[in-house]
Amino acid sequence: MLGRLTWAAIPFNEPLPIISAAVVVIVILAVLGLVTVKGWWPYLWREWLTSVDHKRIGVMYFALGLIMLLRGFSDAIMMRTQQTIAVGNAHGYLPPEHYDQIFSAHGTIMIFFVAMTFVIGLMNFAVPLQLGVRDVAFPVLNSISFWLTASGVLLINLSLVIGVFARTGWMGYPPLSELAFSPDVGVDYYLWSLQISGIGTLLTGVNFVTTILKLRAPGMTYFRMPVFCWTALAANLLIVAAFPILTATFVMLLLDRYLGFHFFTNDAGGNQMMYVNLFWAWGHPEVYILILPCFGVFSEVAATFSGKGLFSYRSMVWATLGICILSFMVWLHHFFTMGAGADVNAFFGIMSAIIAVPTGAKVFNWLFTLFRGRIVFTTPVLFLIGFMVTFVIGGLTGVLLAVPPVDFVLHNSAFLVAHFHNVIIGGVVYGALAGYNYWFPKAFGFTLDERWGKASFWCWLIGFYLAFMPLYMLGMMGMTRRLEHIPDPSWQPLLLVAEAGAIVIFCGILCQIAQLYVSIRTREQRLDLTGDPWNGRTLEWATSSPPPAYNFAVLPRVETIDAFWHMKRTGRAPVEPVYEPIEMPRNSPTGFVTAFFAVITGFALIWHIWWMVILGLLAAAVTVLVFGWSDDREREISAAEIAQMERAR
Amino acid sequence: MTIATIDTAPAVVPTELARGRGGGGPAPKRIVVAYGFWIFILSDIVMFSGLFAAYAVLSRNTAGGPTGSELFNLRNVFIETMCLLLSSYTCGLGALSAERRQPGRFLIFAAFTFVLGAAFLFIESSEFAGMVEKGAGPSRSGFLSGFFTLVGTHGVHVTSGLIWLIYLVAQVVAKGLRAAVLRRLLCWSLFWHALDIVWVGVFSLVYLMGDFR
Repeated sequence: MLGRLTWAAIPFNEPLPIISAAVVVIVILAVLGLVTVKGWWPYLWREWLTSVDHKRIGVMYFALGLIMLLRGFSDAIMMRTQQTIAVGNAHGYLPPEHYDQIFSAHGTIMIFFVAMTFVIGLMNFAVPLQLGVRDVAFPVLNSISFWLTASGVLLINLSLVIGVFARTGWMGYPPLSELAFSPDVGVDYYLWSLQISGIGTLLTGVNFVTTILKLRAPGMTYFRMPVFCWTALAANLLIVAAFPILTATFVMLLLDRYLGFHFFTNDAGGNQMMYVNLFWAWGHPEVYILILPCFGVFSEVAATFSGKGLFSYRSMVWATLGICILSFMVWLHHFFTMGAGADVNAFFGIMSAIIAVPTGAKVFNWLFTLFRGRIVFTTPVLFLIGFMVTFVIGGLTGVLLAVPPVDFVLHNSAFLVAHFHNVIIGGVVYGALAGYNYWFPKAFGFTLDERWGKASFWCWLIGFYLAFMPLYMLGMMGMTRRLEHIPDPSWQPLLLVAEAGAIVIFCGILCQIAQLYVSIRTREQRLDLTGDPWNGRTLEWATSSPPPAYNFAVLPRVETIDAFWHMKRTGRAPVEPVYEPIEMPRNSPTGFVTAFFAVITGFALIWHIWWMVILGLLAAAVTVLVFGWSDDREREISAAEIAQMERAR
Repeated sequence: MTIATIDTAPAVVPTELARGRGGGGPAPKRIVVAYGFWIFILSDIVMFSGLFAAYAVLSRNTAGGPTGSELFNLRNVFIETMCLLLSSYTCGLGALSAERRQPGRFLIFAAFTFVLGAAFLFIESSEFAGMVEKGAGPSRSGFLSGFFTLVGTHGVHVTSGLIWLIYLVAQVVAKGLRAAVLRRLLCWSLFWHALDIVWVGVFSLVYLMGDFR
């Protein structure tokens, strides 16, 4: 009846997981209870859960990322603590099979559900506003994308309470991830949660490529788009080109596990290295899906807060597109040790080093943008400066690792761990946090507290260096990654420094929570009534904060890059515009309902509950068919209503 | 009221901007929908390319089991291919009659398309069934895993295309050839033609090259 699911799936006999799971369940129940008692459900359902407004969806993505950051970070601090304690004769507080789940969950969650949701959230919020249009190309699809991502999040967190998570690392390499060596549900949780959220991400890619290429304000030619839109375009092209490879790869691994196929098995003609190749043919572009939009955020921040246009806009665009293409030619540097031979390794090594060229051009462009600008040292600018220093260091260690002989020595060592945290924290996380501080007033109509913001920046910066510089050294001293027990006591001092760094980063996260709390408490004093708190340059600042559902009462007409800056310079006379009726997409429960059935199907597949699989798939299909039949998907806002709303602001 | 600084003139844009440089403002809905669906199809083809790559890597890993030349019946595959190609032709004729608002003709061509697609599926599934009967199922070897997954995924696409066609025919009957229905038909015909393109790859790489070995 319930497939493999029994009471044994819930870890009653292990205190650590069951207590943390109980805490999470209690928090969730408390939140749900509060919402019910206060009677907030109708509001939530109407304004958020069924919303197809790109701004709301962007906010929900970002909030999801912040919550998952807490989960991923608690995994991190558990691992750091284990490595500082379990030295020599001591064995720490985490048994190996639990420790292996933690590092797998940490990587999976941080990449797919923190970094990705941050980046997609920022793109959702800012891209249509910057393009001067009213929504993305397919608003309902956008809501489906979000809810499928949330389904993946729910499934991966269910593994905390019911069953186990993968013990394979976040890449899930076979043959370890094959049924023969991972017979429990861990790998299935990994595969299905990523498969479901991956479909959501793919649809986001389709949606945004179409939006950016086909929906822009009149007069906004390609070379008048803000750089953030260019980087979003590049990232979404990469999503469209790379995520299907991941889908296909996971389908193959699932077929191996569920139906006894032989794609990656040891016997009957399977080939494990094919998985590794396919995985990284997705995985390396994925790195640039994450970092390119953050480069875009930093470009906007640099130009806005130095009060001048971005230095060499065109080279920025070409560098972005160059990185976009090169990112598909370097995947083999993740496994030089495969033994593909000197020629192949040399090609991929050289291509990897070449990516540093357009990236370096970008760093110079940001520097020259700041040069002789009137820089306002806000929190986003601090993140920009911290990013430039940190990311260059991370990039240089990347160039080191791109040299195959060096890689043979440092492969899978703590040096590698330090390198990719260096670029992901120093690039993606700093970028996301800069974007969060930069666009928050646009989203909510009041600015964030600067003092707490700056405190959080310094914690993130100092904490990062303390946590990861020791790992570079440990890597060169021979420490491999994912160690549950430290055999060499001479590594312990550096590991203690790293632990201290992780605690400082934790302080940074606490500062951010405090920043949000203080800002909401004092929002009356920090209201943004102009809609343009930073003296911005691009179109999102041309409308009110928060923007109305239709973004712009009259579509702006674009004549230059930095269109809003140009409008402010030329100083148009304030006349009451002639409003025309606007067609806006209606809210739709399709996304929420589809995701609900996706969770049911995914859960049933993980636990082999076949009747529930069929039921969930049928219900999801019916949802899609019902939506596909509807024609009345838009509502019209009359000109009079718009005039009234605009005057009320 | 920062909004008032925005130009209020109607969106008339000089043609040199509109042409090729994308300054003409938001595209009409029909263009946006078809374009978005094209992008989706491209992503689908990327997914197939992953399966093609896997098949190419595994195609010699027969693990002592049967090879392609022992299993494939090129005559059947040829008939299968003709069914699918012809169904694309009738699909094109159907799309033309829909554009000309001729629901009767559209329904006839849709019926032809459905029958040809169903014939393709019938031949394919009897081929699969025969192979499984001979003990050459997908879990026999890496080669057969790759074969069944690649060809089977294409078959799943054809199946969903047929279900989608029935659904659209129902919409045409219930609502007539109105703009929303026409946009959906456009997407469907793009999908159906894309399956042909994938099948050309399957036919050449899997069946022809498999037979030569």
